[in-house]
Amino acid sequence: MAWRARGWLAAALGWLFCLVLLSAVPVRAWELHGFADLRSGLRLRDADHQRRALLNEARLQSQLSHYGTLALWQLRADLVADEAAPETELDLERGSGPLDLREAYVLLTPAAAVDVKLGRQILTWGTGDLLFINDLFPKDWQAFFLGRDEDYLKAPSDAALISLFWGAVTLDIAYMPGFEADRYISGERLSYFNPLLGRRVGRDAILQVDRRSRLLVEDEIALRLSRTLAGYELALYGYDGYWKNPLGFAPARERMTFPRLRVYGASLRGPLGAGLLHAEIGYYDSLADRTGRDPLLPNSEYRFLLGYERELARDFTAALQYYLERLDAYGAYRRSLPAGQRPRDENRQLLTLRLTRQLLGQNLLLSLFTYYSPTDADGYVRGLVNYKATDALALFAGVNLFAGRHAATFFGQFEDNSNLYGGVRYSF
Amino acid sequence: MHPRFWCVVVLLLLVPAPLLALNAQEIVERANQAAYYAGADGRARVEMTIRDASGLERQRRFTLLRRNEADGRQRFYAYFEAPADVNKMAYLVWKNPAAEDDRWLWLPALNLVKRIAPGDKRTSFVGSDFLYEDVSGRSTREDTHVLLEETDSHYVIESRPKDPASVEFSRFVTRIDKQTFLPLKADYYDSSDRLYRQVEALQVETIQGFATVTHAVARDLLRDSSTENRFSGVAYDLGLNERIFTERFLRRPPREVLH
Repeated sequence: MAWRARGWLAAALGWLFCLVLLSAVPVRAWELHGFADLRSGLRLRDADHQRRALLNEARLQSQLSHYGTLALWQLRADLVADEAAPETELDLERGSGPLDLREAYVLLTPAAAVDVKLGRQILTWGTGDLLFINDLFPKDWQAFFLGRDEDYLKAPSDAALISLFWGAVTLDIAYMPGFEADRYISGERLSYFNPLLGRRVGRDAILQVDRRSRLLVEDEIALRLSRTLAGYELALYGYDGYWKNPLGFAPARERMTFPRLRVYGASLRGPLGAGLLHAEIGYYDSLADRTGRDPLLPNSEYRFLLGYERELARDFTAALQYYLERLDAYGAYRRSLPAGQRPRDENRQLLTLRLTRQLLGQNLLLSLFTYYSPTDADGYVRGLVNYKATDALALFAGVNLFAGRHAATFFGQFEDNSNLYGGVRYSF
Repeated sequence: MHPRFWCVVVLLLLVPAPLLALNAQEIVERANQAAYYAGADGRARVEMTIRDASGLERQRRFTLLRRNEADGRQRFYAYFEAPADVNKMAYLVWKNPAAEDDRWLWLPALNLVKRIAPGDKRTSFVGSDFLYEDVSGRSTREDTHVLLEETDSHYVIESRPKDPASVEFSRFVTRIDKQTFLPLKADYYDSSDRLYRQVEALQVETIQGFATVTHAVARDLLRDSSTENRFSGVAYDLGLNERIFTERFLRRPPREVLH
């Protein structure tokens, strides 16, 4: 059913494409760009039920665009061959297989104050740096932890984005007719902590998930109302959909689920002293378990983020963030927690530090991003060295290091996935 | 009014402005206007060639839009085409002469508008030998200026920073054309008074009545590198809408940058 509806949507988009293209005068005719990227990564130590090789990937990205007087068309697609990938079947939602369709959209301006972007697109908003509160668009955690480029943390959505502009005020409405889940960690390649088995698992216990795939029924909507005031960017957000990771459990079907979720939030970003300040809040309303009594469903949460970034010296920047997840109905959560399971803290706190140094005429980039949670007693370090040998050719190497006192915490569960990778990219 | 009064006024107006003695600060103000504020707005395509000591060349290609606002404030929009890894990136600057500039970068692969923290303006612009300040202009109030020499065709101005700790030079000497007020050459000296950096206009053309540098070079004499800038498709007074210089047009390039 879902596939038939998607096919119908694709056909409609195809007709629109022909109609708009034929009646438009090109401003910029077809342009082709892209890159070829080769990278290889391996685990720093053996993990049960997993291969040592994490990534042996050749990727060719092609980006084709056409800019006419009526519309901007863009197609961006990756052809991927990954020897280390356990999953070879094409799945455009999970991002596995030989094709990863990143973008296929048309951008129209039907009225002077309206932009409409239809089709597959990457959506991003909010103020966090590798921390997200009101950005409920899909993330690819697997790509992020595996050692792919940071760009791949954002997974595409099939969406209609409508932007309305009144003077300094902008309203963005993103409608996703089908639920766009995160590309979550399922054990196929990266090990994770399975709370039912009470241990870290890999290919021996692939996460079984109920994918919400009923088109137009299991849909999502995200809103942002924003304006700039005296150099400060202010925004209000709303979201109606589902938890992006399969955090619920349906015992009858023995499957993980994506429970209902509604989010309300706000953010601010602007200069303070010699640096840049950003703050963001959100309330995660877990509609299926508002009382917090159901141990198989996530509780509601308050989320809070405060960050400051400044240049310490020429071409050397530091950014610090404080992040808090405060569980709602914590008492009910503790009372309903199954015996033997380690309770989480009422206030999960996280600190991040990003250091970025550019050297050799900005051709050598040294980047370090560190997550540390004092409440979970775990952390995650991302290090990257990237050297642009020429305009076209870049060489890079990086690490993803996970550590934690407990196997069940967010970063602690990935300890066996600590990895080292390197590669080369040719851009055209 | 007496007709003789009008004769005096007309005669005064006919006297070429440079003949009226200008002080150093006035010359620098006029040079700043000529170099960075021509017209109400402007557009140029920029081709940068960066050559390092080993002879390796790197290219940068972008279209620059500029719009003047009140009180010396300006808005800039740069749309990058080359090298390939920055293709379609867009950079927006709201220049505030009295405060830090507001800057945003559009990262197309992430569909992300990134706000950039205020930075040292003596930092290299896109890895070239031009500095951020060479592109957007240096406030004339940050230095004290002295007229060193005045020839038939040029003023020679020496500028020393009011806050020497904030910059890498101890002084710079600028040669300014008397007719156009364009700075044609600037020599920068370090704390031991050694010449280490030069910025020079290699070609000037008159476009829509505005004297315009269409070919310039910046040389780093210590690292033995240089960057040449060639400007083409220069146009002024296009009537650029202020809406172009907002987040909306970072997300989708305005038609004005794609010509």
